[in-house]
Amino acid sequence: MHFAVIVFPGSNCDHDAYHVFRHILDVPVDFVWHRETDLKKYDAIIIPGGFSYGDYLRTGAIARFSPVMESIIKEAHAGKPVFGICNGFQILIESGLLPGALIINQDVRFLSQDVTLEVDSTDSIYTRSLQKGRKLTMPIAHKQGNFIANDDTLKMLEVEDRIAFRYSKGKNGNPNGSINRIAGILNKKRNVLGMMPHPERAVETLLGSDDGIDIFKSMIGVA
Amino acid sequence: MIKEPVIDLKMAKEHGLSDDEFKRILEILGREPNYVELGIFSVMWSEHCSYKSSIKMLKTLPREGGRLLVEAGEENAGLVDLGDGLATAFKIESHNHPSAVEPYEGAATGIGGIMRDIFTMGARPIASMNSLRFGSLERARNRYLLDHVVEGIADYGNCLGIPMVGGEVVIEDSYSGNCLVNAMSLGIVETKYVTSAIAKGVGNPVYIVGSTTGRDGIHGATFASVELTEETESKRSNVQVGDPFTEKLLMEASLELSKKAWLVGIQDMGAAGITCSCSEMSAKGESGIKIDLDKVPLREDSMNAYEIMLSESQERMLVVIEKGFDAELNAIFEKWELDCTHFGEVTDTGMLEVYHRGNKVAEIPSEELVLGGGAPQYEMPVREPAYFSELNNFTIDSIQQEEDYNKTLLTLLSTPNITSKQFVFRQYDSTVRSNTVQGPGGAAAVIRLKGTQKGLAMSTDCNGRYVYLNPRMGGQIAVVESARNVVCSGAEPLAITNCLNFGNPQDPEIYWQFKEAVTGIGEACRALNTPVTGGNVSFYNETGDTAIYPTPVIGMVGLLENINQSVTIEFKDAGDFIVTLGALNGCLGGSEYLRTIHGKIQGPIPHLNLELEMGIQELCLDAIKKGIIKSAHDLSDGGLAVNISESIVHSKQGLGARLDVVRKLQNNELLFGECQSVIVVTLEESALYELILLAQKLDMHTQTIGRVTDTNSLVINDQIDISRIKLENAYFNSLEKIMTQ
Repeated sequence: MHFAVIVFPGSNCDHDAYHVFRHILDVPVDFVWHRETDLKKYDAIIIPGGFSYGDYLRTGAIARFSPVMESIIKEAHAGKPVFGICNGFQILIESGLLPGALIINQDVRFLSQDVTLEVDSTDSIYTRSLQKGRKLTMPIAHKQGNFIANDDTLKMLEVEDRIAFRYSKGKNGNPNGSINRIAGILNKKRNVLGMMPHPERAVETLLGSDDGIDIFKSMIGVA
Repeated sequence: MIKEPVIDLKMAKEHGLSDDEFKRILEILGREPNYVELGIFSVMWSEHCSYKSSIKMLKTLPREGGRLLVEAGEENAGLVDLGDGLATAFKIESHNHPSAVEPYEGAATGIGGIMRDIFTMGARPIASMNSLRFGSLERARNRYLLDHVVEGIADYGNCLGIPMVGGEVVIEDSYSGNCLVNAMSLGIVETKYVTSAIAKGVGNPVYIVGSTTGRDGIHGATFASVELTEETESKRSNVQVGDPFTEKLLMEASLELSKKAWLVGIQDMGAAGITCSCSEMSAKGESGIKIDLDKVPLREDSMNAYEIMLSESQERMLVVIEKGFDAELNAIFEKWELDCTHFGEVTDTGMLEVYHRGNKVAEIPSEELVLGGGAPQYEMPVREPAYFSELNNFTIDSIQQEEDYNKTLLTLLSTPNITSKQFVFRQYDSTVRSNTVQGPGGAAAVIRLKGTQKGLAMSTDCNGRYVYLNPRMGGQIAVVESARNVVCSGAEPLAITNCLNFGNPQDPEIYWQFKEAVTGIGEACRALNTPVTGGNVSFYNETGDTAIYPTPVIGMVGLLENINQSVTIEFKDAGDFIVTLGALNGCLGGSEYLRTIHGKIQGPIPHLNLELEMGIQELCLDAIKKGIIKSAHDLSDGGLAVNISESIVHSKQGLGARLDVVRKLQNNELLFGECQSVIVVTLEESALYELILLAQKLDMHTQTIGRVTDTNSLVINDQIDISRIKLENAYFNSLEKIMTQ
């Protein structure tokens, strides 16, 4: 499986994502500059976190118009895995690949801390080898990660089992105030995942947690 | 067309130059300077750029030895060898005055500036820290400053994607209205790609890259060289405005550029903008530089030569390349969508020549402008202040022993200086780039170096109250304490950077503090063999008649050969033995206890014996390398009771501690006294013997004082018996309560 890590001006978790594939999992991966328009040779696309275009205007709002987005949307529609983390999730929402919106955290400050997630839907390439209800610890680092959606959208996400991860209840639970404790969602075809927490920063026990690695292993089918 | 103003002594004084300095300018030029030239001299000879009042003292600091590759002052930051073809560049710098006036932008641009100092060396910044000081949080203005300084740091640093791994937040009323914002950045570079801030090779093109030039920050350097007054508020326009997104692009472009063999030199445009970078780079290259201001991309068309030369618009660099590589240079900056403009040439005239609208508007020998060249250097008068002998007479009999030590401990754990700074640190991305082994809140921050077994530890420290009460020993303590923190994480101290925050150097009593503190720092650095790689001096930290506590912040960097041996402060397992390396001597002079509980700022401060300190650090490091130490935590603010409490509240639920300590000390001395050269460690019973052998070999004192328990509580003799939940509540929730009231 050959991975593309998309690099926008202002992406800054691109190296973290690259590190997972190249050094931890030892699978082929390339950085792909946002002006690239052909992603045919890749089997999966990672849109990493960061501050694409400095978060100017609105998070993800400018990156959505980058040349590479057209082909990302095309590949997503064709069923290729597209995984947006943090700012990548924000970009996926701006580009219409995922529903809802991400607004400023409930206490209006940036939050950098560990959270505990629960695996909800296991019906996706990302979560197929995880157990429903399993708890995962990983960092969040964002100011606009408070997921909201209108009632119809929420109902659709719940009914169609498209909530991949929820923040757990209790301490370190849902610090940004996301509705229904939503931390990550899938598209209708279940090949596009967006999530605010950073599984790519939780792949080595030396750094505190390796719970995130199972999501990537699930993607490449070596769980 | 603006009429050229008359240049006379009055005008020179308005520019912050003295009679003698103006005379010297007339000598250098052999004529009167014009307005642009006067502006150039005034910024280059300002305290901020020239270090004219401090350089003679700074030269007394050890600037070589250890693993130093580039000495202090030679480049933007010092460089320390890490082996494996890698080196680290690190530096700490102040942005106090801008932050006191416009906290958000002031702090943000402080981060931007220090990062550029690192990546202009070719080093990728991989970690940063902040050392912040504010006045009492009971005053709304100080809360406002803290809130916005932190937000400015967070918004800028998070966007850049460089983890903020720790630092300090100190609250003392002496910083009221004159907060201290010191930012430290650390980068890694392959030694073969280290770049230099030099302009050489006649005819080589000179470029300005990055942001456009505007009117912001004109005379920022001169502004930083006066005391803050009520009118200072009106100088908000002197504060630069930061754009972290442009900085991120500039960083990536510069790092790409640093790997090119045709790059000659590169320097950040920080203080004094184009003026400073052009004069310093040409002086260093013993060349000259000729620039055409009409080519500089401007934010406002009507800017005159004076404004362009003195603008401190952020996120700009001066780049010199070899002739004929213009297309390659442009390709890099085109990719990152940044301006890259050819606006001058290297010459061999030794002159800084500036053209604007077809006229030569300045011509000054570069060497005369710069530090180490013609910039003035002063011997400053000193006088020991009266307070020094008056305040150093504390005796234990002057205070009453309290009845409830539990209450005292909770008060100390809630005081802003000791309580958890989670409210602040949670706003900084501390884990981006996946290297953070120990983030904020521990003794030192630790990051791993990808592709090696190694790690780096960093700590910033300074107890301004100690330095105020005894500048010489306080300076020594700042160094050894930062080293001790680094040692507690398992790293060997390598070198320091310092940020020397003081009041008005023209006041002999302030300069006495400065001279004593720098002397102390030098002594400690020589003892530890940790040279000074560079740093910065910030004078004129005064509001009204009151100067801040003398605050020489030390940023220590240490190396872990094996990252898997890094040690943290929290207790690990019930049953482990708690042992002190070094002897508790319970000094209350200058302590947080004396200040918070009894409202006294009095010395003498804890005595430091450098030889003993080195022994304790060696013992701790040896034991860690043997793998027998499970936690290590140096004894500092708040003394033993606070130290143990901190190791409990950071440990896994269930753990507590029971201490039975016999020392010939009064209860409050034992519990809250702050001694130097003491580290509290835990280890398994089976490892005790090995520790004692190590201690005997080094002739160091150790004492078993208790054990880690599974009781969720802290018990010390019959003086303290308190539940963990109470400790946690006091420690973790106090700052948040104050800040969100």
